[in-house]
Amino acid sequence: MLLELRNVSKSFESGEGRVTVLKDLSLQLSAGHSLALTGESGVGKSTLLHLVAGLERPDHGEILIKGQDITKLNDAGLAPIRRQSIGLVFQQFNLIPALTIGDNLSFQARLAGRYDRDWIAHLSQGLGLETVLTRYPEEISGGQQQRVAVGRALALRPDLILADEPTGNLDEENGQAVLSLFLQLIAESGAGLLMVTHSARIAAACETRRHLSRGQLQASDP
Amino acid sequence: MNARSLLALVFMWIAPVVYAQGFAGLGLSAEGYAAVDRSRPITFPQDHTAHPDYRIEWWYLTANLTDAAGNPLGAQWTVFRNATRPADGQSNAWEDGQIWLGHAAVTLPDQHYHSERYARGGTSQAGALLTENLLEIWIDDWGLQSLNTASETDALNQIIVSARGDTFSYELTLTSHGPFVRHGVNGFSVKSNEGQASYYYSQPFYQVSGTITLPNGARKVSGQAWLDREWSSQPLAADQAGWDWVSLHFETGEKLMGFSLRSRDETRFTSATWIAANGQPTAYGDGALRMTPIVTHDVAGRTLPVGWHITLPDQGLDIRTNALNPNAWMGGTIPYWEGPVFSTGSHQGRGYLEMTGY
Amino acid sequence: MSRTLILTTLSALLGHWRRHPLQVFALIAGLALATALWSGVQALNAEARASYARAANLLGQDQFDRILRQDGRVMDQAIFSKLRRTGYLVSPLLETRLGSGPNALRVLGIDPLTLPVAALPERLQSGSIAVTDILLEGQVLMTSDTASRGLPPDLTEQARTILGNARYDDTLATGLVIGDIATIAKLVGETGPTALIVSTPQPFGLAPIDTWLASQGDLILQQAETSNDLARLTDSFHLNLTAFGFLAFAVGLFITHATIGLAFEQRRTSLRALRALGVPLVGLIVLLAAELGVFALVSGVIGLGLGYGLATTLLPEVSASLRGLYGADIGAALQFDPIWAVAALAMSSIGATIAGASALWRVARLPILRSATPNSWAQTSAALRLVQAILGLGLLALSGLVVIFGSGLMIGFIGLAALLLGGALVLPFGLSVLLAGIATRVRAPFLHWALADMRLSLPALSLSLMALLLALSTNIGVSTMVGSFRATFTGWLDQRLASELYLTTATPEQAARVTDYLTPRVDAILPFALADTRFGGLPAELHGLVDHATYRDHWPFLEALPDAWSQMTEGQGVVINEQLARREGLEPGQDFDVTPTLTLPILGIYSDYGNPEGQAIIGLDLFKTLFPESPPLRFALRTDPATVTDLAADITEATGLSPQSMINQAAVKDISLRVFEQTFQVTYALNALTLGVAGFAMFTSLLTLSEMRLLQIAPIWAAGQRRQKLAWAEFLRIIAFASFCAIFALPLGLALAHYLLAIINVEAFGWRLPLQIFPADLVKLCALAAGAAAIAALWPAWQLARLSPHRLLGLFAHER
Repeated sequence: MLLELRNVSKSFESGEGRVTVLKDLSLQLSAGHSLALTGESGVGKSTLLHLVAGLERPDHGEILIKGQDITKLNDAGLAPIRRQSIGLVFQQFNLIPALTIGDNLSFQARLAGRYDRDWIAHLSQGLGLETVLTRYPEEISGGQQQRVAVGRALALRPDLILADEPTGNLDEENGQAVLSLFLQLIAESGAGLLMVTHSARIAAACETRRHLSRGQLQASDP
Repeated sequence: MNARSLLALVFMWIAPVVYAQGFAGLGLSAEGYAAVDRSRPITFPQDHTAHPDYRIEWWYLTANLTDAAGNPLGAQWTVFRNATRPADGQSNAWEDGQIWLGHAAVTLPDQHYHSERYARGGTSQAGALLTENLLEIWIDDWGLQSLNTASETDALNQIIVSARGDTFSYELTLTSHGPFVRHGVNGFSVKSNEGQASYYYSQPFYQVSGTITLPNGARKVSGQAWLDREWSSQPLAADQAGWDWVSLHFETGEKLMGFSLRSRDETRFTSATWIAANGQPTAYGDGALRMTPIVTHDVAGRTLPVGWHITLPDQGLDIRTNALNPNAWMGGTIPYWEGPVFSTGSHQGRGYLEMTGY
Repeated sequence: MSRTLILTTLSALLGHWRRHPLQVFALIAGLALATALWSGVQALNAEARASYARAANLLGQDQFDRILRQDGRVMDQAIFSKLRRTGYLVSPLLETRLGSGPNALRVLGIDPLTLPVAALPERLQSGSIAVTDILLEGQVLMTSDTASRGLPPDLTEQARTILGNARYDDTLATGLVIGDIATIAKLVGETGPTALIVSTPQPFGLAPIDTWLASQGDLILQQAETSNDLARLTDSFHLNLTAFGFLAFAVGLFITHATIGLAFEQRRTSLRALRALGVPLVGLIVLLAAELGVFALVSGVIGLGLGYGLATTLLPEVSASLRGLYGADIGAALQFDPIWAVAALAMSSIGATIAGASALWRVARLPILRSATPNSWAQTSAALRLVQAILGLGLLALSGLVVIFGSGLMIGFIGLAALLLGGALVLPFGLSVLLAGIATRVRAPFLHWALADMRLSLPALSLSLMALLLALSTNIGVSTMVGSFRATFTGWLDQRLASELYLTTATPEQAARVTDYLTPRVDAILPFALADTRFGGLPAELHGLVDHATYRDHWPFLEALPDAWSQMTEGQGVVINEQLARREGLEPGQDFDVTPTLTLPILGIYSDYGNPEGQAIIGLDLFKTLFPESPPLRFALRTDPATVTDLAADITEATGLSPQSMINQAAVKDISLRVFEQTFQVTYALNALTLGVAGFAMFTSLLTLSEMRLLQIAPIWAAGQRRQKLAWAEFLRIIAFASFCAIFALPLGLALAHYLLAIINVEAFGWRLPLQIFPADLVKLCALAAGAAAIAALWPAWQLARLSPHRLLGLFAHER
């Protein structure tokens, strides 16, 4: 099993007291598969993704990536897993402003020691980024930036891709184009995908869909 | 308080209580200084020069003059000597326990010029010197100097007096035509009912000729002059605030010296010497002379009695005096009024009025 | 604008500061520091100038002419009486020095009876001290700190008694004693006046006093001076302080400018919204300006307080410096001047205006609709950087031209400013080129990113880096100058003070007794004599020395004709010090008027560090014939250094010469070096302050930037880098910046040192020093700079290491 969540709970302090976002949530995703998580705004989709990425810790429960419980790891233990196994694509593109597009694409792969020139060339070609490789993030369009984010996540050939509204900042048409590229390249790389979105149409592109509501997964599959 | 008035304090050898000590500090205690002694006679020429054992001393000349055009004017020349401490023989090149002060003035009906000089003893910037019968009293280039060469004549018989200010200068030659006059009892002049006294004599019989130079030029002058010599260690009582003093030359050849010392409680002590035309003095004690202010004038922010009614019934004197220039204010570090006056009434004449402590 | 609109707008604007208290702190601190350093330095200058002015108008020097003897010596008292009896109004003045050592006194005897009132010391004039106290009671006037610092050791009992009867008058200069001339004559054992003060106007009908003087031959009339030697001498020192004040002010402005710019940028959205909601542009600008005004006021008040504190703290050091350099005494107590309050507020307002002008300008041109580009305020374009660099190079060239062609202190300082400013302007471009160059050679991804990121953050940090560069270069420059000076000075002391023991006797009889005793006991006795005189109208000293190998071999000549010393001692010529030579433009071989009647060729020019006055040396035999009244009373002894202490004790026992009258070589060197160190205390202090302010500028820049830094760092963290590593990277990044700054500062600092030594020093002090480099000092300074940067970076890095992941995640989730 690539990813398994067992009885994960998470709550936050907020102005109105403690708010429970996730409650005894369990979930499984096997390698090479894609899972879409839908839900209303603020329902905890992003939190779930952050927990899986090891950016946050659950209050209870276990999160196993390739059988290893990452909730037991400290920052030093988590960093290599993030670096080696997980590709992140966020709603904000979060490119590194100091680096060129080419350097952005290969940055994480280099960090992970898995730099593959051909694969990255393939990615940039597939994403239509060959012409902007020497530019800086602020010099290209939003659609291009999102494609760079996708390419960067895929560049290190991670086992698991976590995507949070990967096309949220793009218009419908651009969004669809990026999404199909994204899914196609993920399929090529053989990674598993956990994607959160509020859009049923985007969710429909994934093999499995789950709906998150009141901290629990609903078995619904609309 | 400014530096000028502080310099005045210097001259008075004063502590902070100066104004409680009589005009110009003359009422301060005389401890350690030589005292005025009724039994010690005045002798000439020795007493013409300085008496450093005594605290205070002056050579005081006033001259009533007329220029070639007949305009009246007056000249004053004074040197004061003041001991800063009883004589102790201690001295160095910059200090011998004496401080000297000079005042000079020229008074015209509409102008009054005056000047002031200070000097420390020990430097020969000022001093008094009697060699044989030659006398010299000086401060800076101001001088009173014997002219006579004959050894039998008195040092003050013929003198030359000169002074120079910022805007005037004069040089006068004086020749006496009468004897010295000793005031009080043989020169022992009483200044208060408590017995304060000074040695006091005059030469009122000078005939004058000379030159006075003013900003508009030099003019020849001639007339009469009166020299006063006085020294003491405590001439005033502590409560005496000032005096009004006159010296008058009458057309009859007679002369009058009179003063009225004012106490803080407004009581007065008067004294007078009536001098006959031959120089024979008659001394009058307290009360004989009466001086009553009749005309006042505002000068230098003060109100002064510049016109007086003066009577000495014993001599049939009943006169009024008027100032040649009511603005004859000596505005130096020790300010007072000093100027020529004219008398009308029983005796016509001219002379000088001095008013201090206003 | 309606009241509601104003209030709403204000609350929207001020809300920013509530949310960013750190920026408020940085803004106020920057402005207050700038104001404090500026006004502190100004206060020091003002205090010193006031004391020079007091010295200048002391006894009416600025109003009344004086009669002096041509040779500067004491005149006969009879001249005074003679002038007075001729009718001229003159007043005697007896001025001399009393005692030796650092507490030596300048004593002035006056005659209050003849002195013009306007020439009386201030408190005698006002009557707050009675003239009678000094004239009749024999009191002397001095400041309380003159009394409290102690009297010179070599005074007679009588002198101590006289000085014990002192009235304190703190309007006088420290070290000055004024009394009645009779008192002072007793104090110093001297009668004749040294000068006569000429009253104005003179009496009626006298010839002008100069015609009288003309008939006297050796008397001269010195015109009243409106500026005095001291003010002229010390001008350079104050220009120096002012330059430091400006530097500190500029550094403070860097902080303020950076903060205001950032605050503006962060409020860009609000400003645009306010404009879109109908707030008129003028109203917005007025409100922003008013906001700045409040900041300026608050900072001005704080800066005033700090400045006063600073000035009070530094005054003793400034005082020591001035005494060491010029013998000028300015006292150690600072008088508060209300003019400061005004100046401090004005300076902080000017500072706020300069720092805020560009922000306001940008508000005025703010487009309502165009979307924000992140960091744009700090993104100085490469083109602008290039323009800056070209401008900077131009300034550097200008300063080079000044070195070659310029002269004069003011020009020197302009060149100095051009050098520093030019260096600062070139820095961002230089760093950018440097970083780009390194980045292309590095493939390790994290390091590659770190370098690229440094380059990106260059515009945002460039102002504080410039500040650091300025501070560092100044430090390098000044420490190199002081170091060169110290090295030269120490070497010079070794040459100049070749003899082992120095004696001062009081009378020729004592001198004879001492030399008789010593003749069989030491290797050589070298007598010398000195007299005060004037060269070129300025006070100077003339020395008479003998021929001896000690001098021939060691005398520190800068330029000399062959065999100069022997010829000089034979009366064939004169040797002069560097100060005199530079002032009068003299060279060996030229003729020099030793006295009005004696002209000799100049045989050599020697260095004479630390002496503000001119000095000349002639053979002792010639000296004796010229100045029979100044016999040689001083002696230098050559003997075995090991026996010096015993010898001194023997001399005291055998001849009664007091131990205070003997100084051994080691002690002189020790005192000289101590004076030297004291002299540069204030420089050290200002140096440290400037570096501290630069460090603070760096700190505030980093703090205000930390929010923006997260945007750069969050993706790296998300990509699997530990926060600790990122924090370290952040920390090392700043140290790297500081180190790069140090690399740039080295040549700039050395150029500055050359400037100070070859141009400023010569103009200011009259001597030139060779430049010496002290690598250890430079390493220390660079380490210090890195240390300051490390301290500045510590807190932001620590914050980053402890940053909650939540904050980082927030950046992924919502629009900023």
